[in-house]
Amino acid sequence: MTDITAHWTLALPEIWVLSMACVTLLADLFFAEKLRDIAAVLTGLTLLGAAVLTFMLMGQRGTAFAGMFIADPFANVINLFSYLAVFLVVIYSGRYLRERGLYRGEVFVLLLFALLGVMIMASGGNLLTIYLGLELLALSQYALVAMYRDSLMATEAGLKYFVLGALASGLLLYGMSLLYGLTGSLDVRDIAAGLVNVTGANLVLVFAMVFITAGIAFKLGAAPFHMWLPDVYQGAPTAITLFLASAPKLGAFALIIRLLVDGSYGVMAVWQQIFIVLAIASLVVGNVIAIAQGNIKRMLAYSTVGHVGFLALGVLAGTLNGLASALFYTVVYVLMSLAGFGMILLLTRADFEAERIDDFKGLARRKPWYAAMMLIIMFSMAGVPPTVGFYAKLAVFQAVIEAGYVWVAVIGVLLAVIGAFYYLRVIKVMYFDAPEDAAPEIARDDVAAAFMSVNSVALLILGILPGPLMAFCIYALQGVI
Amino acid sequence: MPTLSSYLILAALLFSIGVIGIFLNRKNVIILLMAIELMLLAVNINLVAFSYYLGNLAGQIFVFFILTVAAAEAAIGLAILVVYFRNRHSINVDDIDELRG
Repeated sequence: MTDITAHWTLALPEIWVLSMACVTLLADLFFAEKLRDIAAVLTGLTLLGAAVLTFMLMGQRGTAFAGMFIADPFANVINLFSYLAVFLVVIYSGRYLRERGLYRGEVFVLLLFALLGVMIMASGGNLLTIYLGLELLALSQYALVAMYRDSLMATEAGLKYFVLGALASGLLLYGMSLLYGLTGSLDVRDIAAGLVNVTGANLVLVFAMVFITAGIAFKLGAAPFHMWLPDVYQGAPTAITLFLASAPKLGAFALIIRLLVDGSYGVMAVWQQIFIVLAIASLVVGNVIAIAQGNIKRMLAYSTVGHVGFLALGVLAGTLNGLASALFYTVVYVLMSLAGFGMILLLTRADFEAERIDDFKGLARRKPWYAAMMLIIMFSMAGVPPTVGFYAKLAVFQAVIEAGYVWVAVIGVLLAVIGAFYYLRVIKVMYFDAPEDAAPEIARDDVAAAFMSVNSVALLILGILPGPLMAFCIYALQGVI
Repeated sequence: MPTLSSYLILAALLFSIGVIGIFLNRKNVIILLMAIELMLLAVNINLVAFSYYLGNLAGQIFVFFILTVAAAEAAIGLAILVVYFRNRHSINVDDIDELRG
């Protein structure tokens, strides 16, 4: 019998985040009255410590806890970007939460637990760990969305998110149970080995892949499983929407890598077909319906569906380049949506949500630098060079064409052009419309504004020099394929 | 002795009832929670049946974890439902219509 606690140090970042989440919970309970910022500061320390630990373990490959936990560069990269995402969420949302009486320890503790869920998914080597990581993330998210107890919108969003999220978990689990029945193992690598003798003609396999892909599509927000996404993004407090659009997407991408690539790469032909449908449906739904939205949170939610479509293009290519470009797209999407929702947060006041597109009218006259940042963000989302959004789309299209799906790439380009319309509308509103009289003065929030500036300028710089980030993504996935 | 496939058919039926329950139910959110529970329990039947016929215990251990997570999920679901009821004074599925478009 081998010692199952061997190599437990590989899981140090996860252990650290778990311990610190508990410490934060307790410290907030005892000291919150005297030290109001204690939870936020402890969260920052936790992220810093976790980043240091991940850097120390960077590049190590191995498994721990009898194969349940995988440590590899992919997990490290997902973890690092998740820390960054949660860190920016904490910075951007402080003032918003304070003004609404939501600046409580629970928010930060739940953020840390959600982060832990993402980390466990990224390292899951067994269907059991992957499922537990997924649920840890999902349950924290439900609670975060419904946190704003006095808001009808937020609680309704929480309820919808809960019902549809639970449905997604059920679908995924059903797929997992079929996979277990086919291969007799819950271990991802044993499943990959067991599927060698199973062909695409096996009905159980097809069902397993359909259910697993549907579950993943739900979590990602790919059409036709996107119906929760606009409602939840709109209804949740903007600070929480900011989080929903960041680290959990990295977690969903990890789900693709662990379940479909690590576990079922041998039967790629089966899930590739499903991804073609998902990609095209998401591109159409996301880019077309977003045009009709007047609420910017809802518009960005549909834009998320569109971005997921592009990401799925990279996944369906299935090659190392394809998956690396999909990871690149996911990371870039996370940076863009952090900046986009961060901008909405910057404009909010205690009694003003700044969530209509009309609220951005004349921003260029009121705050030229904010308008310029929003310009970069919108250009990047639309995929206009030289921003990083352009390079991300280019890499994905390249991978799809290399894989021989030229017609899919053509559809993608056409819909990217349609999508550019509603991003440009925001820019038009900012630069060419007069400000509304009722618009409240923009609050001072120097720290958030400084980080926002770095975030937006990074979108530009990464677009001019995408090489290092792309190399980092390829490095992450090299061992996986 | 029932065969593996009869268990799988039972689980598939229960799972379908759960999914249909979520989409067709127009009345009460509590019924949605029950439908979700039914889905998860159907998966458990699947896992236990596979585990027994494959002679592999891992599936049954998975079931314990699913049961625990389902309990946690129900707790959070009911908590959200209570908060929602306080704002809306109704748990009718048709009344959940604040967000649309």
